[in-house]
Amino acid sequence: MMHIRISLGVILLWALVALLAPVLPLSPNTIDLPQILVSGNPDEWLGYDDLGRPVFDRLLTGARTSFLVAVAVVGISLIVGSLLGTVGAYAGGWLDLVLVRVMDVFLAFPGILLAIALAGVMGPGIDNVVIALSVVSWVGYARLARAQVLSMKERDHVHAAVAIGAAPLHIVARHLLPLISAPLIVEASFGLASVVIGEAGLSFLGLGVQPPAASWGSMIRDGARYMLVAPHMVIAPGLALMAVVLSVNVLGDRLRDWLDVKSPVKGEGEKTP
Amino acid sequence: MFVRFLIARILAAFAVVLGVVCLVFFLLHLVPGDPVEVMLGESARPADKLALERALGLDQPLHVQLGRYLTSLSRFDLGTSLYSKRPIRDLLLERLPATVELGVTALVAALLLAVPLGILAAVKKGTAWDAGAMGIALFGVSIPNFWMGPMLILVGALWLGWFPVSGREGVTSLVLPALTLGTALAAILSRMIRSAMLEVMNEDFMRTARGKGLAERTVILRHGLRNVLLPVITLVGLQLGALLSGAVITETVFSWPGIGSLVVEAIHRRDYPVVQATVLCISASYVMLNVLTDLAYAWIDPRVRTGAQP
Repeated sequence: MMHIRISLGVILLWALVALLAPVLPLSPNTIDLPQILVSGNPDEWLGYDDLGRPVFDRLLTGARTSFLVAVAVVGISLIVGSLLGTVGAYAGGWLDLVLVRVMDVFLAFPGILLAIALAGVMGPGIDNVVIALSVVSWVGYARLARAQVLSMKERDHVHAAVAIGAAPLHIVARHLLPLISAPLIVEASFGLASVVIGEAGLSFLGLGVQPPAASWGSMIRDGARYMLVAPHMVIAPGLALMAVVLSVNVLGDRLRDWLDVKSPVKGEGEKTP
Repeated sequence: MFVRFLIARILAAFAVVLGVVCLVFFLLHLVPGDPVEVMLGESARPADKLALERALGLDQPLHVQLGRYLTSLSRFDLGTSLYSKRPIRDLLLERLPATVELGVTALVAALLLAVPLGILAAVKKGTAWDAGAMGIALFGVSIPNFWMGPMLILVGALWLGWFPVSGREGVTSLVLPALTLGTALAAILSRMIRSAMLEVMNEDFMRTARGKGLAERTVILRHGLRNVLLPVITLVGLQLGALLSGAVITETVFSWPGIGSLVVEAIHRRDYPVVQATVLCISASYVMLNVLTDLAYAWIDPRVRTGAQP
């Protein structure tokens, strides 16, 4: 139970810092030349970076970048993906066929590679990062929603709703979505972790936020050049990133057990003794 | 029977590759941003822009461009790099061996780590060994390779001095990048091997094997592990795509001269034909690897190719 509480704490702290960053007394872009590459000390815990900017302040503003991108991408792709998947499965016919073909092609891509190429072509910027990651992420939710609706739409209660003349939209909204939401939520929680890594990865490659804005990924990239003299520049943002991703994964696991969603890996062929 | 399965699988894969070609083409052409303007800068003269546009064929309607692209692809002509003015095919062939070397080493490293870890966790289920192994695995999936790489460089190259910082010279230069790339796969695999192993442990044939007096070691390795192979192969096949895209970042971290670092270099140089060709090449190899996985699956388990109920 202990690690669940710690994970929850980390996530809450992340969200809180992200939302409060604009009003906190931070100076992530203030350059203090004598402090260039100075490592952590009692006055400034995490030290300064290669331009003499405080690493701690940049870490907190970086939390905002990663949080906003993660929420936006997961939100957009969850809505678009489950909408498409549900409509495809419920409508059937050529619409579903087209959807399945399109999903096949998207699934044939190593996701982050497509995001890297898209972000590269669109040019750096936080909005382009959101677009690039959403283009890659929606397909997972669409596939899941489609499979769930397909297995649910022949259930008795759905037939009953059809029989009393309920409109398709009503059936989807009231009789199908509540049933398929649990696996989608679990998927979204793991999706959050991969988007956080994806954003930092794009920023690491120089395709994310523009300088001087801070992202944990761009902080790692800047720090990698000064690793021998100032390892704190790489260690701090990496630890923050890992703490968030680890916590999201721990909570996702917990959520899956709690909502009793079958993991795609295990539980496939459980046999009766 | 197997030949028919083979042909059907290859045709389906070909259709997907064709879809991938079209998708890459349309995405890279339809996203906001004018490649000519990005390449020349906003202050470029209109005449220069027009000339470059014509040279790239960008003045033609989109479907004509796609038709031209597909025709040249069918002749294995991937175009010419804008930066080095060399055929992209040559660039790719130059970089391919380094990526294959890195990918295969990472895969082997992942298997060498994951199989013992997964078996240990399953056999000693519920003990500290299990918790420890799965804790390591959880860390493994949560460490992004753009952080793992610099940390390994810091410890293994800068502090201990055992391995070179970057580049591709000799076997020692392969160790850090392969570890970086293989960690996530090892973590995912070990979790999967554990749960598959736990399932197999309750099977009748395991009890029989023990009952006839075989050593526990033989029971686990000969009877248990063999039956875990199938899901392992599937997962490895599915994860190869992640391995390939992980290579993009890992190669950049270690200046490893492979296809992955070629993509990133091409993006930074605004060399769009190279970006397009490289993305295509990586995606096509991913599709091909998936077909090979399916075939390996069918070869190992005859029930798959005959469609019999397992």
